[in-house]
Amino acid sequence: MSWRLWVPLFAFALFLGLAAYQLTQPKDDFVESRMVGQELPYFELPPAMDGIQGVSNATFADGKPRLLNIWASWCLPCIAEAPHLESLKRQGAEIVGVAIRDRPEDVARFLAQHGNPYARIGRDDLSEVQLAIGSSGVPETFVVDGKGVIRYQHIGDIRENDVPILLEKLAEAGE
Amino acid sequence: MIAELGLAALWLAAALAALQMVAGFMAVRDDGSSELVRLIRPAAIAQGVLVTFSFAMLVWLFAITDLSVKLVVSNSHSMKPLIFKLSGTWGNHEGSMLLWVMVMGLAGALIAAVERRLPERTMNATLAAQGVVSLGFYAFLLLSSNPFERLPTPAPEGMGLNPLLQDIGLAFHPPTLYLGYVGLSVAFSFAVGALLTRQVTPNFARAMRPWVLGAWVMLTVGITAGSYWAYYELGWGGWWFWDPVENASLMPWLAATALLHSASVLASRDALRTWTIMLGVVAFSMSMVGTFLVRSGILTSVHAFAVDPERGSFILVLLGIFIGGALLLFALRASTISEGQRFALASREGALVFNNVMLSAILAIVLLGTLYPLLTEAFDVRVSVGPPYFNPVGAIFTVPMLAVMAVGPLLRWRRDRADRIGREVALFAALVLAALILFSLLAEMAILPLLGLALGIGLAVASLLPLRGRKLSRTPLATWGMVTAHFGIAVALIGMASESAFTEERLAAVAEGGSTTVGPWTIELQGVEPVAGPNWTAIQGRLAASYDGGEVKMLTPQSRNFWAPPQQTTESALVTRWNGQLYAVVGDRAPDGRWQLRLWWKPLVPLIWYGGLLVALGGVLALIGRVISDIRHRRLAARIAQRRADREAMA
Repeated sequence: MSWRLWVPLFAFALFLGLAAYQLTQPKDDFVESRMVGQELPYFELPPAMDGIQGVSNATFADGKPRLLNIWASWCLPCIAEAPHLESLKRQGAEIVGVAIRDRPEDVARFLAQHGNPYARIGRDDLSEVQLAIGSSGVPETFVVDGKGVIRYQHIGDIRENDVPILLEKLAEAGE
Repeated sequence: MIAELGLAALWLAAALAALQMVAGFMAVRDDGSSELVRLIRPAAIAQGVLVTFSFAMLVWLFAITDLSVKLVVSNSHSMKPLIFKLSGTWGNHEGSMLLWVMVMGLAGALIAAVERRLPERTMNATLAAQGVVSLGFYAFLLLSSNPFERLPTPAPEGMGLNPLLQDIGLAFHPPTLYLGYVGLSVAFSFAVGALLTRQVTPNFARAMRPWVLGAWVMLTVGITAGSYWAYYELGWGGWWFWDPVENASLMPWLAATALLHSASVLASRDALRTWTIMLGVVAFSMSMVGTFLVRSGILTSVHAFAVDPERGSFILVLLGIFIGGALLLFALRASTISEGQRFALASREGALVFNNVMLSAILAIVLLGTLYPLLTEAFDVRVSVGPPYFNPVGAIFTVPMLAVMAVGPLLRWRRDRADRIGREVALFAALVLAALILFSLLAEMAILPLLGLALGIGLAVASLLPLRGRKLSRTPLATWGMVTAHFGIAVALIGMASESAFTEERLAAVAEGGSTTVGPWTIELQGVEPVAGPNWTAIQGRLAASYDGGEVKMLTPQSRNFWAPPQQTTESALVTRWNGQLYAVVGDRAPDGRWQLRLWWKPLVPLIWYGGLLVALGGVLALIGRVISDIRHRRLAARIAQRRADREAMA
């Protein structure tokens, strides 16, 4: 009996094993950023509305850790997230916003209605910064340390139980 | 009541499949001495009738939109046009699986009713194998995806069919592919049957060949239609994306193409016995692997509508039983199958073996590229494999294959001298070289499209050479089929190469009344209006296009919004000329009131699908030719037997 006749069965068994293994793996719908652990790329965004400052990567280089919140006035989960951003701010977090594909008047209306937790808001009309830091949706929140290195990524809206986690990550980033 | 009738028929059919399996295997073991053996063929026929009845009941439920049936509620809507109500029957997982078992049941019934060439023992083994495969799918349907399930309380309205599927082309794309897959399952049963009884004979190849041919024609049509659908419905202007699901339909096609050619060698020369058996198993496994990849959702694809991990596991188990079992049988038995006839390297068989190896290599490349993301994901690395891999790596094997394909049919069986066809080879080489030089001087183009154009032109001429010196009216249909199919490959190749070499694209923001150009076309946006259909509303652009300042053609691309279920689709608009196609898509409105238009001029692109249809036509001609000659042989054999009986009676 030739060993070569067993090759197809062996190859098929490999495929079967691989497919079975993949089926048992829980499917992760979140796309994690490859930028976690890396320095923010160069960017400079104009202010998203009157009376607020714009955002650049230099904003994050002064030694203080911050939250970088990707949001938009047209995004419904961002409304749900707004009170938790407020509570993060009250507990000492500095939050920098990047508004995705937004208009100044809409941004102003959103903040008037749901509160303004942001120290600065940059306007990212083409999702350039969003894509560059590896965010695939709105809202997302990044913890950036004082040297401008992304330390943690939170995907989706911030819920109540996420607040202590984010504060802890922020404290870690400050050490 | 209708649903219950359908379900009962389905259970009965499953029971008959079990009977067919048990009786078949018993007949193989004790050499047909058991009483059960007489039940095998009637069981297969009755099973075909019952499962067809069951499918008809489901079609009926969809036609009358019975909202107490879960499947109808989740896939139909009372406001839908009738044709899409009917096509909704198989536009979902359960219905498509029922369609699958119906076609399989009909195929089994047909073999049981007409196939008399094979030794009875091999025939029983084949029907038993067919029973195993059917039973697996019946179990899948009845245990995990019952199409006739009722809702506790009827729903007030259905949820509608995925709008992308509400398209006449797509209504027939899945069933065509299914017919192809099922045809390959029949070839698989023949291969397993022959392996069980070790009777791998030219007659086995002749019995299997029409099924392979039919499956291959269906796959060709299905892939061609699917490619055209993706081209005009998805609105990206591309015709092939190396998407896992496209690959899932391409892989069985490649395997079936190889099987078709090796079965021809086995049928006429009694060579390549184990290789043909192997391909028979591989072709069906590729259909199953494809189905698994689509349904399990373990690969990300545009065809995500069919995903369900639980069903994925079920298909994987079936896959393991069918293919694992067949490969195990192959490993145990193949060495005991005696070697077939030998042949020289320079012969028709030699050329066919070369092409078989090339096709298998291409198949391996596509399979590897499709499964590679699955492999790396196990190590937590996400990759996607696309055209930069498939195109050049596939070309390494496609180019020599096309060259041999051009001259191979001119060789004689068994033994030939390469110098006998020297003039034809020189003609082909000269054509290819001339085209290479001409096109590289005329235009700057990448190496692959250049090679494609040159080989396409050479092959188009060379593929007609087998007709030279023949009396055309007396040339067998099968030869016409081969010539047509090979010519079709050349035509499609020219279309593909030309599309990738000469396409011009223009993305423009145009105000109403403004105009833009793409290639030789000038396009004016005359206006944008809302329009409404039976279950959608759309904005429709009115474009006036003129080729080189000539006659004005109107195009109306749409951006449609369906409301049940809510979804947006683009309806591209096309103008086809003899030398190419203008392709227009209307996009969003910019804040300043201008409209985004996306325009392509694609020279010779329709040749891709004309070529595909020619290939399928070639298959149909060959199939008709084979069936006719088969019937003739049968009549002749019957007459001889009659005469012999008469003579014996006289004596």
